Amino acid sequence: MQVEVRVKLKEAVLDPQGEAIRRVLSSLGFEEVTQVRVGKLVLLEVEGDDCERVRARADEAARELLANPVIEDYEVRLP
Amino acid sequence: MTDGGRRPRVAVVIFPGSNCDRDALAAVEAVGGEAVPVWHQSRDLQRCGAVLLPGGYSYGNYLRAGAMAAHSPVMKAVRRHADQGGAVLGICNGFQILLEIGLLPGAMLMNRSLRFICRDVHVRVERTDLPLLRTLQPGQVLRLPIAHKEGNWFAEPAVVREVEQQGAVALRYCDPSGQVRADANPNGSLQNVAGLVSREGTVLGMMPHPERRISRLLGGEDGWALMRALVEAA
Repeated sequence: MQVEVRVKLKEAVLDPQGEAIRRVLSSLGFEEVTQVRVGKLVLLEVEGDDCERVRARADEAARELLANPVIEDYEVRLP
Repeated sequence: MTDGGRRPRVAVVIFPGSNCDRDALAAVEAVGGEAVPVWHQSRDLQRCGAVLLPGGYSYGNYLRAGAMAAHSPVMKAVRRHADQGGAVLGICNGFQILLEIGLLPGAMLMNRSLRFICRDVHVRVERTDLPLLRTLQPGQVLRLPIAHKEGNWFAEPAVVREVEQQGAVALRYCDPSGQVRADANPNGSLQNVAGLVSREGTVLGMMPHPERRISRLLGGEDGWALMRALVEAA
């Protein structure tokens, strides 16, 4: 099954990249966009159909490698 | 230290994508060490007394700078070496790797300007009482090159406080006279952090490149003492 791991910068962390994107969006007329935060979407193709087990393993993978807990939060999503 | 006239051995770890490894090897030799190239797949450090993690783009800096390299086979040996009090110097990407494996606190964000910055900066030496900094003078200002896009050191406020209380800041960005100022900070790094050192002073991570400044022909000798301290700690 395909598992999504969404990684985003923690709220307390400034995202200059997101801010640069917001400025350009604003110059394109998207003035209603007040904040942009850029994250990562990691798609894992995982063997097995035990959802709990798959979730636990994806969680482990996120903690060990996919996200850096100092600056990032993550969320695991199953289909 | 030297035994029977033999030079202290320093392992220079080479990851796929390292690009300062040759400079690092040459610099270790220039300050009197025996430089030993160690491939990242190696599981041991070939009897070296100190380790240098050089700059570059290990694994293309995929995911995060240093994130993949942190899980290379050799890093288990590096961690064991560090845990036993062995000296480890991480330069630039090597510093990022040390943060990723948690040997030093915090993490690197993209530079505030979002740009890759390649130029000389000044850094003030904050500690000289520790093994990897003992060749320097208190308050000494070094002029060294930086070349990175992710050097904007970040940690949560509680961690920043702890880092300051512990005296873990080894080097800070400053102006040529040694004043630590916001406009002397090239990348947005908290507290102008340019380098961090472990409590025992045996693990040092820094964004500037001392290995590129060991000869006047190459723009200066301000990196010499730092490289020498690593060799003496081997």
